[in-house]
Amino acid sequence: MPENVSALQLVLAGDPALYAIVRLSLIVSLSAVLLAALVGLPFGAWLALSRFRGREGAIVILNALMGLPPVVVGLLVFLLLSRSGPLGSWGILFTPQAMIVAQTILIAPIIAALARQTIEDLWLEYRDELQAMNVGTLGSVVTLLWDGRFSLLTALLAGFGRAAAEVGAVIIVGGNIDGFTRTMTTAIALETSKGDLPLAIGLGMILIVIVVLVNAAAWGTRRFGERMAG
Amino acid sequence: MTMRPPLTNLPILLEDVSFVVRDVTILDRIDLMLTPGAPTVVIGPNGAGKTTLLRLAMGLIRPTSGRVTWGGRTDAPADRRAIVFQRPVMLRRSAEANLRYALAAADVPSTEHESRVRELLALVGLASLGGRPARKLSGGEQQRLALARALAKDPQVLFLDEPTASLDPAATQSVEDLIRDVAARGIKVVMSTHDLGEARRLAGDVVLMHRGRIVETNNATAFFSNPKTSEASRFVTGQLLV
Repeated sequence: MPENVSALQLVLAGDPALYAIVRLSLIVSLSAVLLAALVGLPFGAWLALSRFRGREGAIVILNALMGLPPVVVGLLVFLLLSRSGPLGSWGILFTPQAMIVAQTILIAPIIAALARQTIEDLWLEYRDELQAMNVGTLGSVVTLLWDGRFSLLTALLAGFGRAAAEVGAVIIVGGNIDGFTRTMTTAIALETSKGDLPLAIGLGMILIVIVVLVNAAAWGTRRFGERMAG
Repeated sequence: MTMRPPLTNLPILLEDVSFVVRDVTILDRIDLMLTPGAPTVVIGPNGAGKTTLLRLAMGLIRPTSGRVTWGGRTDAPADRRAIVFQRPVMLRRSAEANLRYALAAADVPSTEHESRVRELLALVGLASLGGRPARKLSGGEQQRLALARALAKDPQVLFLDEPTASLDPAATQSVEDLIRDVAARGIKVVMSTHDLGEARRLAGDVVLMHRGRIVETNNATAFFSNPKTSEASRFVTGQLLV
């Protein structure tokens, strides 16, 4: 990393080290969002439609899991993936894969809980029609996920926001290894503690721009989709 | 429309049917037989139990006591019964896609979807609006699309819950014309309304409900010219049933 340069110069010069960090951050966070969506959306939809003893308790626990402390998730995944842990044979501790696992666990409850609420509201509206058309539970889940897709974008955005901003989990399971597992948030924390403020500020600027751009793209998609689909 | 198979869902028989929710009796010991023929119109003031009666006869809900049979069976599948709700919910997709969805739900082979969609849209007068988002259609157009969606099942019995309740006169007329057309095709129409004029225009048989009970059942001509009960007399002459 060149010395005595401003944050803006670093960003505009396309500093390779800086952009490698940005790239890894996006790969980790977007992969986590994808995996968490694959688990969280169907689970949230199932919870919205199902009726069983203890359902209310399950919803309370799921909602509470939205506030999972990242460091606790990091510690849990560290224990699972460490050499003596149950998943130690995977050998992925201190790799980007471990970071993806940690962030997936962190944001899956967020996506599931928000999806559950969205789908439940939509189910109240659709239930009579779908039952009258003899649509089964699985068909109803698919229909509700599809028709609620624009609202569910908000759930994915919340998950992405959480993943992109968190530092506690990825620093524990990734180790913040230069050029390998260093993300924007872990780099910002490290460079700030070292006193390298230009790099920390540059990364902070990029992080904010990315979050704004992703939200703007999602908002545009939602508005366009709503206009086309009604 | 395809040639109709025997009316296996008819007659629909409600025997000593009650429906109670949290100690509130919505329907109280109802006996009713719905047979093939001209439309049966269920009339009565708000809260009389018309909608609940239609839902029970459709099979969407089970009675608290008594029994409902379709063609003599308590377990007849609902695949040839359809219902249009008072405020039908349009799926968030085009009018055509709403119909394709209903056809798929009715297990109609996908090779027939496009021709059936065109046929149904033409039937309800929405041929030029097939690509439009269903939720962007007017109230009358949505009601007609809901009718087309119900007809995608090729039903033997069609329940209509106050199908013109929130429509203007022009939209009401187009929906009523459609109901006559559907009934002329041999589909048994059972509809609820609190509009006496609509009942006069469409009914073959009339069922008057009040406070969860059937007050009078008769063919339309007799009901309107010579009501048997005091409640029916008051209702027919426009007095309030409270």
